[in-house]
Amino acid sequence: MKISAEEVAHVAALARLRLSDQMSAKLTEQLNDILTAMDKLAELDTSGVASTNHALELTGAMRPDEARPGLDHERALANAPESDGQSFIVPKVI
Amino acid sequence: MELHDLTLIQALEMLDKKEVSSVELTRALLERMEATEDRVRAYLTTIPELALEQAEAADQARAQGGAGPLCGVPAGLKDVLCTQGVRTTCGSKILENFVPPFDAFLVARLKDAGMVLLGKHNMDEFAMGSSTENSGFGPSHNPWDPNAIPGGSSGGTAASVASGTSLFSVGTDTGGSIRQPASHCGVVGMKPTYGRVSRFGLVAFASSLDQAGPITRTVADAAVVLGVIAGYDPADSTSAPRPVPDYAAALGRGVKGLKLGVPKEFFIEGLDSEVEAAVKQAMAVLEGLGAELVPVSLPHTDYALAAYYIIAPAEASSNLARYDGVKYGMSVRHEGADLMDMYLDTRSTGFGDEVIRRVMLGTYALSAGYYDAYYGKAGQVRTLVRRDFDQAFEQVDAIVGPVTPTPAFGIGQKVDDPLQMYLSDVFTLSTNLAGLPGMSVPCGLSTAGLPIGLQIIAPHFSEETLLAVGQAYEQATDHHLQRPPL
Repeated sequence: MKISAEEVAHVAALARLRLSDQMSAKLTEQLNDILTAMDKLAELDTSGVASTNHALELTGAMRPDEARPGLDHERALANAPESDGQSFIVPKVI
Repeated sequence: MELHDLTLIQALEMLDKKEVSSVELTRALLERMEATEDRVRAYLTTIPELALEQAEAADQARAQGGAGPLCGVPAGLKDVLCTQGVRTTCGSKILENFVPPFDAFLVARLKDAGMVLLGKHNMDEFAMGSSTENSGFGPSHNPWDPNAIPGGSSGGTAASVASGTSLFSVGTDTGGSIRQPASHCGVVGMKPTYGRVSRFGLVAFASSLDQAGPITRTVADAAVVLGVIAGYDPADSTSAPRPVPDYAAALGRGVKGLKLGVPKEFFIEGLDSEVEAAVKQAMAVLEGLGAELVPVSLPHTDYALAAYYIIAPAEASSNLARYDGVKYGMSVRHEGADLMDMYLDTRSTGFGDEVIRRVMLGTYALSAGYYDAYYGKAGQVRTLVRRDFDQAFEQVDAIVGPVTPTPAFGIGQKVDDPLQMYLSDVFTLSTNLAGLPGMSVPCGLSTAGLPIGLQIIAPHFSEETLLAVGQAYEQATDHHLQRPPL
């Protein structure tokens, strides 16, 4: 087994997902199949090979630190599930 | 010829000569939707009244001499692109009612150029998929055979262009999502170089791979669309600060003297015999036009698939953390629930199975104890994939081969086998890992009547080479003139 049911539950918690028992069982099986196929990567000797995170040589794109207009409150909150016109309202945290 | 059968350039010529108005063209495409959408289902959202208003404005602009390069031409866009005031779902229930407060950079460019937006195209949820079956709103169907998938993730877009409900369009490609559906629907699809087109306002899937590009009926049409959407955008830090060439000028160059690499790893067991025959025939046509075919090797092609399905889900798991039920989109708030319950219930209700699968896979690959073995290793293999291409391009000007191992498969055929589904991207995703431009051009039909595509891959920022090769092939053949029997 590449990944156990317990690990699937742990990863689901990290990813903020609530899985049904049926979905957990199916995902455990499918993730095992996929991760087994990914073992192919271990066949390659990559010692000393640098990682590519971006395909092109990119340098940090900097701009002057100047205040610019952004979305106003009305537009920014237009899609809010719940708001008071000034803030996003969320369920009680503490 | 029916108005919905026009290419983009033909439509522009007719508009220019006042043989048709934008309102007439727009009405013709809206009528075409009425006739075909029950079978194709390319669109998730249509905006007929807004479209006609835009068409009237385009006709006025043209009459006053203020016509942009796409003035008055109607089309839908992939629903991954934010459109101000028009809902943008990304194929996901979690964004079912999301109405963007701004236009994506490229959408603003298209609007400035005068396009008439007809609506938004169906797609695999968050662009994760190869068939549109992962859409939260049901699949699109291949215009050539309603029982076949149109490809994905830009399946609705390719199906719309093929069925004549868009005269051109723009899709996005993270591992083949422009080229694969273009191939399956018999249209042209180009993924430009990473950084060539701004992703500002393009809903993120895998940020080191995502790129937007044209889906059109001809290579010349793709050159027009690319010329409009390409260019530097300070709002996208990965956008390339390079001048945009005159793509139309590349069209007549031909292939005489060009060296075209044929990677042996693209002609392997599992490649459908009809696809192989059509692609080899296309290569012979290019040879006849003066190109030289050169055997090359991309030895890490097989490994690219494994690396891709670590890197893309890892980036997705991070990008999709934003869907938390707080700022926009679905929010599931049960009585007495706390913030954590809201996160868990919203995400589990709003995301479909494939998105959950990839978020899980990506989170696992990035989690403590597994990072080096998966994400770290995949990044190193990505370097090897890049080097393969670098070495090949020391010998050749472009690479040619199949886009997909088979023609479009049946709807439902692979939904329960994610690994089999992932294999349909084997010839396309390595170009995303390497950031290269690639294009699919129609090169034949299978005996079942399903389109087959020829893939052309070129070095970074060599879109002109793709256009030159694609155009030369298109001019010598008539596959692009065929229309689906709808």
